[in-house]
Amino acid sequence: MSALLHVDAVTVDYGGFKALDGFSLDLAQGETRVVIGPNGAGKSTLCDTIIGRVRPTHGAIRFMGEDISRLSEPAIVARGICRKFQAPGVLPSLTVQDNMALAARTDRRWWKALSHGIPAAERAFVAETLDRVGLAARAGTPAGELSHGEKQWLEIGMVLATRAQVILLDEPTAGMGPAETRATAELVRELGTSRTVLVIDHDMSFVEQLEAPVTVMHQGRLLASGTLDEVRADREVAAVYLGHTA
Amino acid sequence: MPDFLQSRGFSRTLPLVLFALAAAIPFGLSDYDTNLVARFLAMGIVALGIVLTWGHGGILSLGQGVFFGLGGYAIAMHIKLADLAEGEIPDFMQWSGRTALPFWWEPFHSPVFALAAALVGPALVAALFAWAVFHRRVSGTYFALITQALALAFATLIISRQDVTGGFNGLTNFTSIFGFLFAGPGMASALYWITLGALALSWLGLRWLLGSRFGTVLRAARDGENRVRFLGYDPVPFKVAAFALAAMLSGLGGALFTLNAGVISPALIGVAPSIEMVVWVAIGGRTSLGGAIFGALAVNLARDAISSSFPEGWLYVMGALFILVVTLFPQGLAGLLSSRSGKRGENPA
Repeated sequence: MSALLHVDAVTVDYGGFKALDGFSLDLAQGETRVVIGPNGAGKSTLCDTIIGRVRPTHGAIRFMGEDISRLSEPAIVARGICRKFQAPGVLPSLTVQDNMALAARTDRRWWKALSHGIPAAERAFVAETLDRVGLAARAGTPAGELSHGEKQWLEIGMVLATRAQVILLDEPTAGMGPAETRATAELVRELGTSRTVLVIDHDMSFVEQLEAPVTVMHQGRLLASGTLDEVRADREVAAVYLGHTA
Repeated sequence: MPDFLQSRGFSRTLPLVLFALAAAIPFGLSDYDTNLVARFLAMGIVALGIVLTWGHGGILSLGQGVFFGLGGYAIAMHIKLADLAEGEIPDFMQWSGRTALPFWWEPFHSPVFALAAALVGPALVAALFAWAVFHRRVSGTYFALITQALALAFATLIISRQDVTGGFNGLTNFTSIFGFLFAGPGMASALYWITLGALALSWLGLRWLLGSRFGTVLRAARDGENRVRFLGYDPVPFKVAAFALAAMLSGLGGALFTLNAGVISPALIGVAPSIEMVVWVAIGGRTSLGGAIFGALAVNLARDAISSSFPEGWLYVMGALFILVVTLFPQGLAGLLSSRSGKRGENPA
């Protein structure tokens, strides 16, 4: 298996503090990977670096062989990488449908936006994606009026609607109850059949339900990787987590 | 509120009824009052532009007076030149001891150039400025402060170059435009209708634009610029286009104001007038086109009434009104109407 996304010895140095410290990670096409680690381990910085919000001090991010670590944010999205943020990043004054249509648009140049409605070619896709995240009935509601869980699903849907091959989900179950978490796990497992997914989460019951390989980060470095049971049995992992919860 | 006020038919007929009423004003009012309303309608065009940038784009400009001034001066320069006999230069230039017209005044002999400059000039300046600033991801308060500094610099520049700009007195004493005498019969009404027509067209155009996908992206960038960027959009050109169009409307309003008022001067375009323009829109409702026109009309009418009886009182009244509206009704008077009727989302009309 050749890597679709290759994080190559990336260091992000915030004036002496290394949020990522020579971190490497390979994501194969169609793989679902979970990244866990205590607070400050560098999980969100990893996402920030992949999508171009933060530039690596050393190292490179390669997508299909191309170094994307110096590209603009929209250019990285155009290559096929999109991220769901930790705090839901839906657009509150737009309706659920407009949020989805915004993400689904294939031509994002400003003069192509000078007409009304959703382009005919994208209408079915928007409806289908709304349906996929269970929000078809809420299409006309302003996104700001959705429940927290619904906002998370809407944003997952928007990330999907960009047709990204690689999807980064930053704490998709933050603020969800057990039933919503189960539904989200179901959704992410289903995504894993067609896309490459990188999930960051704290919630161990959610991570269990994903049944995916796990990478553990600590202080910007790789601590362990393997199945969830393997990393759970790892002494270093236990020490890091116990050290933080004690 | 009665149901008929919220019906679709009502919201479609209301603008038509208001337009018809406004069109009848020259038949009912004196030339003096018609002219006064025409000036306020020109201000309404400026307010429409602020709805686009501030209300829907989240870009607060405290420098719209600059573009208003560019439009006003462009048309005023043409009028000053058109009034001259062959080989003459404008009166204020002679008083300042100049003997020749500055080279950059020359093209304003042409009425077509002057009209184009009044519209394209502000848009071009605004686009270049906005591109430079937004590209560096400067926004919010910093952007507002830069635009305010721009207004101050522009007014100061005009005052300091009295020999070529007319200085503090501005450009005035107009005789005719395109061969029509300003004092001629029917001129007040004609200028009024032209201004009303421009306002109506601007309103229709913006209604279309705000309802388009462009409007959606603009509002999206206002609410979550990062989310929009990480969905693959570059928000900069959307914001630049909106800002340039608002500047063009400001220039159009400035040109029409100058024609109706017979004067353009630094006192009409500096920091204080630029802030007042934002106040009209804050009071009327920053996301509502109709609200902004209403705000511009109502505040200017109130100003006219109050400042003629208490010349010093006006600034206090306006300040109090502004604080009251912003703290109690952040969506302005238009927001008050739509929240009562329980309407959802934003109604750009």
